[in-house]
Amino acid sequence: MIKEIVLIIVSVVFVNNFVLAKFLGLCPFLGVSQKTSSAMGMGVAVTFVMTLSSAITWVVYNFILLPGDANVVARIFPSIRESGLIEVLKTTSYILVIATLVQLVEMMLRKMVPALYDSLGIYLPLITTNCAVLGVALLNTTDSPKHLGFLQATVQGFGAGIGFTVAMLLMSGIRERLAIVNIPQSLRGIPIAFVCTGLMALAFFGFSGMVQ
Amino acid sequence: MAEPSNLKEFTKGIVQYNPLFVMVLGLCPSLAVTTSVKNGVAMGGAATFVLICSNFIISVVRSFIPREIRIPCFIVVIAAFVTMVELIMKAYLPPDLNASLGIFIPLIVVNCIILYRAESFAYKNKPLVSILDGAGLGLGWTLSLCLVSAIREILGAGTIFGLKVSESYQPAAVMIMAPGAFIVLGLLLGFFNWWKLRKSEKSMKAYMKHD
Repeated sequence: MIKEIVLIIVSVVFVNNFVLAKFLGLCPFLGVSQKTSSAMGMGVAVTFVMTLSSAITWVVYNFILLPGDANVVARIFPSIRESGLIEVLKTTSYILVIATLVQLVEMMLRKMVPALYDSLGIYLPLITTNCAVLGVALLNTTDSPKHLGFLQATVQGFGAGIGFTVAMLLMSGIRERLAIVNIPQSLRGIPIAFVCTGLMALAFFGFSGMVQ
Repeated sequence: MAEPSNLKEFTKGIVQYNPLFVMVLGLCPSLAVTTSVKNGVAMGGAATFVLICSNFIISVVRSFIPREIRIPCFIVVIAAFVTMVELIMKAYLPPDLNASLGIFIPLIVVNCIILYRAESFAYKNKPLVSILDGAGLGLGWTLSLCLVSAIREILGAGTIFGLKVSESYQPAAVMIMAPGAFIVLGLLLGFFNWWKLRKSEKSMKAYMKHD
């Protein structure tokens, strides 16, 4: 059990890093990686939302969307038992879960940890449209190669968040250096950040094959 | 014949406000699906459909949407159209194309271009211009996806639209994989910046001479 969980985390942080191998969450990755402090804050917030949303969307998937006896909606509307709601409501229900969760996290942080809330500022509501959050929820519940259990799905969400944070921190370190280097004017800013990301992705290729 | 101002709403999305190269939006799918031109066209078409429809609906109902909860409303409208596009593509497109687009079709929901146009254009403008705006930006995005994917397909697989370019060329597989995507897009963005800078420098020089 512990071995499986460690494997999931290593796989999703290094081998299949969401930013560098799967192209998810690029907008905040480039938008918030100018300073290490804000990169860290964004990473923590995204990890938190990703872990919770993985857990909740797993429950939604298994008990509301999938056809079968476990479906709760089917108790009220028996006709749903055969088909389930998976085709029509998957995307909509996931994005609503994530949007609600981000709102909740925002309210909780404002009440309980005002300092962190202030430092995250505008980035907090923007997590809703971070495609890595919806991406991990969708990947957790595709059933290919296999149906993930509740714990595995949550751990995968947590690991994806850690992987996102690692990539953000590395990138912010590079970009803090880049700010003081003489770069051709047309490559300054986003273009050079992209080329650096490409080289980082090439380095992360070294991990491929480590975990299946 | 469209009015000149309407025509401008359409064409501005292709060059002046190109979503990918000028505004740098919608990055995730632009990199993930551009391994071949076919994928790029399919992705661009799907997103354009969603953009036009969501712009139209949001612009029609804009006076009923309260300001405070406008973002959730936009997202629900967009999600509905994304589900439609997902089902249509599953029904009519070949399975291998669907498999290679994968989760990036449902991820159109969180594509920044669509939410950005809903918020900054469709929520403030009439339905007809909103449709034109959506079509223009969608076309602009599709064209830029085609450019990125053509470069990657030629360099990485030695083909274009699945046809072989040259017998002697040995493809560099890294261009198809993740690092190639980042580097190609970075250099393209740099190229368009250089172009813009050169143009503004030229007009500056012409202005100085005139003086």
